[in-house]
Amino acid sequence: MSSQKKRDQLILHTALTAGRIMIENGSEIERVEDTMTRIARNAGAQTSQLFVMITGILMAINGEVGAQIEPVKRRTFDLEKIAVVNDLSRQFADRKINLRQFADRLDHLDSVSRYFPFWLQLLAAAMVSGPLEVVFRHNLPDFWITCVVGMLGWWVYYVLNKYIQIRFLSEFTSAAAIGLMAVVFVHWGLGNSVDDIIIGGVMPLVPGVPITNSVRDILAGNLVSGPARGVEALVSAAAIGFGIAMVLQFL
Amino acid sequence: MSILEFVIEVVGTYVATIAFGILINIPRRALNVGGWIGVLGYVLYRFTVLWGGGYVVGNLLGAVAIGVASLQAAKIKKMPMILFNIPAIVPLVPGGQAYQMIKNFALGQNSTAFVFLLQVVMISGAIAFGFLLSELVNRIQRRFWRHHKRL
Repeated sequence: MSSQKKRDQLILHTALTAGRIMIENGSEIERVEDTMTRIARNAGAQTSQLFVMITGILMAINGEVGAQIEPVKRRTFDLEKIAVVNDLSRQFADRKINLRQFADRLDHLDSVSRYFPFWLQLLAAAMVSGPLEVVFRHNLPDFWITCVVGMLGWWVYYVLNKYIQIRFLSEFTSAAAIGLMAVVFVHWGLGNSVDDIIIGGVMPLVPGVPITNSVRDILAGNLVSGPARGVEALVSAAAIGFGIAMVLQFL
Repeated sequence: MSILEFVIEVVGTYVATIAFGILINIPRRALNVGGWIGVLGYVLYRFTVLWGGGYVVGNLLGAVAIGVASLQAAKIKKMPMILFNIPAIVPLVPGGQAYQMIKNFALGQNSTAFVFLLQVVMISGAIAFGFLLSELVNRIQRRFWRHHKRL
């Protein structure tokens, strides 16, 4: 294989991996296109053609190698990885790292996920639920119990997400658990208002990433990926709603 | 609204925004700024509602402020914009209305449920439109800067 061909392969590999990591972890499409084009240009490719969708990327550069496809199979929310890819791309543009190092770091980034520790996530879920319950409903006495319900709800969501890996199902179950807990705790006299506790408790499950990305994608003219994200957000919201509604039906 | 209530709301919004950022794994050095942008959007919304501007206009202004502030933060910190505006939008989400809608549908009170459904749709639309307007501001600013640089 000629060295030029090897170099082109590496450029394609790097750009495609960067793009895949960004879409997998919840970036909007415009940023992916921008980053991949920059990588190709900074690596010395004269032209690059891109077709980025939410389920896969197609990329070609001028030279001896053909276009390549990279499927995007899973979707999570890990915005730190997007920031890291962004940083690496900037460093590459400033010639602080070369293409080989860039590719190695991307491959490495893919295999490790540096989430916040689980106890901190539980605490964060509690700190989303309780304060927002107070902000929305002005119901201070129910602050603590909302924190507890939100935390347990996130725990259910996290565990299910790990084992069944269908996000909508985990959201549904978790919302049902939150509703059930709210009803039971109020019945036991630990809280005053079922409504307020549920409203606070489901806030950590709000699909903030798909909502925002959907709007941004549609504005940028990605009329396939934007509505797709919108459907994702809608299904999440519906799953949460059905979970709550199921509990309320049986009251 | 008393001063104490206002302080509680600001603190609650700040804490909740940062905590939501932790749940979607935002880098540590973006958390603080994201929290303050969330507070900015919420305060704007709250005061618009207090002064009789209505929910829809309040959410619209809040979303515009979040969009514009996020872009400035993204420029200063050299990080993607979505790190700042995704957590910041969480306090504006119409959670209460959505819950009332679900509850009334589940209990079979459809006419009440439709009132809340309409509110949810209008508030979500206002937030989306607010983002659109903020994008307009951002594009104008970018254009102005580019023009400025060339001179």
